[in-house]
Amino acid sequence: MTLSGPARWALRLFMVAGLTFIYVPLLLVLVNSFNGDRTFAWPPHDLTTRWWSAAWENEGARQALITSIRAGLGATVFALVLGTMVAFAVQRFAFFGRDTISLLVVLPIALPGIVTGIALDSAWRSVMGDLGIGKGLFSVVVGHATFCVVTVYNNVLARLRRTGTNLEDASADLGASPSQTFRYVTFPLIRSALLAGGLLAFALSFDEIIVTTFTAGPGVTTLPIWIFNNLFRPNQAPVVNVVAAVLIVFSVLPVWLAQRLAGPEAGASRT
Amino acid sequence: MTSLGSYLHRHPRLRLAGLLSAPLLWLVVAYLGALAVLLVSAFWTVNGFTGGVVRRFSLQNFRTLLAEEVYRAVTLRSIGVAAAVTVLCVVLAVPMAFFMAKVASARARHALVIAILTPLWASYLVKAYAWRILLANGGPIDTLLGGPGHGPGYGLPATVIVLSYLWLPYMILPIYAGLERLPDSLLEASADLGARAGRTFRAVVLPMLVPSIFAGSIFTFSLSLGDYIAVQIVGGKTQLIGNLVYANIGAANNLPFAAAIATVPVVIMVIYLFAVRRSGALEEL
Repeated sequence: MTLSGPARWALRLFMVAGLTFIYVPLLLVLVNSFNGDRTFAWPPHDLTTRWWSAAWENEGARQALITSIRAGLGATVFALVLGTMVAFAVQRFAFFGRDTISLLVVLPIALPGIVTGIALDSAWRSVMGDLGIGKGLFSVVVGHATFCVVTVYNNVLARLRRTGTNLEDASADLGASPSQTFRYVTFPLIRSALLAGGLLAFALSFDEIIVTTFTAGPGVTTLPIWIFNNLFRPNQAPVVNVVAAVLIVFSVLPVWLAQRLAGPEAGASRT
Repeated sequence: MTSLGSYLHRHPRLRLAGLLSAPLLWLVVAYLGALAVLLVSAFWTVNGFTGGVVRRFSLQNFRTLLAEEVYRAVTLRSIGVAAAVTVLCVVLAVPMAFFMAKVASARARHALVIAILTPLWASYLVKAYAWRILLANGGPIDTLLGGPGHGPGYGLPATVIVLSYLWLPYMILPIYAGLERLPDSLLEASADLGARAGRTFRAVVLPMLVPSIFAGSIFTFSLSLGDYIAVQIVGGKTQLIGNLVYANIGAANNLPFAAAIATVPVVIMVIYLFAVRRSGALEEL
């Protein structure tokens, strides 16, 4: 379709406005982390870096960060294993109920987090609680992995669809054992899809608050939980703001990584 | 290892079983099982004196849910918020995605995709928190609009704005992907047949975008429907379904009733998923 000049300009303006809408709040957090005023008087009149040093020395925030990273890594490992298995099963085999698998994998992320949260919470308490395993970091990992499977599954499935089985057949024809074929042919083919999916899984887990609220044992505080707990405490506001600013700065990292590792289309889907 | 590998290679059913057993154990037995138990417990009640759960079938919870004005109001409000957020996201996302896919140069397109992607990785809480500062009484938005109290402040409109803000990229990306797949030749053909830009958009572009829009709406709708955090941060006294569920688990300690309330968004979402599955939206995720 041939767009008229004014129409192109209108779309361009709309795009600029949209990006402004997306980025202004984030920039505000960054600027505010240097705002000398404790209540973020606007516009800021004196700039300081003391909140940054205060945040650096905040033990609670640091512990929460470590907990979040551990939970994220755990969930990512489970998601990688389970997601890859389901993707292979769905792509390489025909079986009864195959079409419902994609629905099943999407379900934990499509249902409201609070539903997944309370379902896992009550199930954990009645099943695992009877076995004497209380809620802790592991229950958080299990909860997160449940909705992270879909990211790996989607990435690997798309890759398997695109690559087909020709290369693997050729490898088998040339006398490679199934395990050799997997090591030298299949795995290199899906490696970048695994990375993209794993990155997404980690990010989803790192950011999750609702499911964490219900699956975390006492004393397990992830970074989102820490932020939320401190959000309504006025004298913690500057430190919370610095943590928020750090998270904004670091959010550039996975996008950059995904671009480097897997090409522009990686990370294009956060599901 | 090798002999096991070749054994499995000769028995595809066994391989399939091996591949599916662990994920299905997790997703079907653990997850769906947990959901089923939750659903069943919605039909239980809590003993008013002991606070213990009475495991006997009763429609009490659902009767309360339907009869009491407040629950109906909150349910309708939540659906309204989710719908408003979805519509707002579509209205914002379609022109932006269209510009990205069909107007911007190849280089600009790449940069724009990154610009839309990056905020997705910034924490959900951080974004809600940013809006709390923006919307504060006497904060930047108030100042921009002429002084304290001139902006929307915290409340229902703020909730809709912030939820739209949070989920907007989830809408832009599938629509962008859909538009990118849409061949330019179709648009040219439409123009050659005499259609103006507006007609082409309505008759060619929009129908082909339907699965992508549905895919995006799964996120915007479902995420809004279950949210109870953003609304606590910027919603003032506004209550959504999520707040009710949360209050009944925490303060009221009435898990059966919380489960009954939670079935409302689940039923809505399952119906929604089945409805949009026909359009192929799940493939677009």
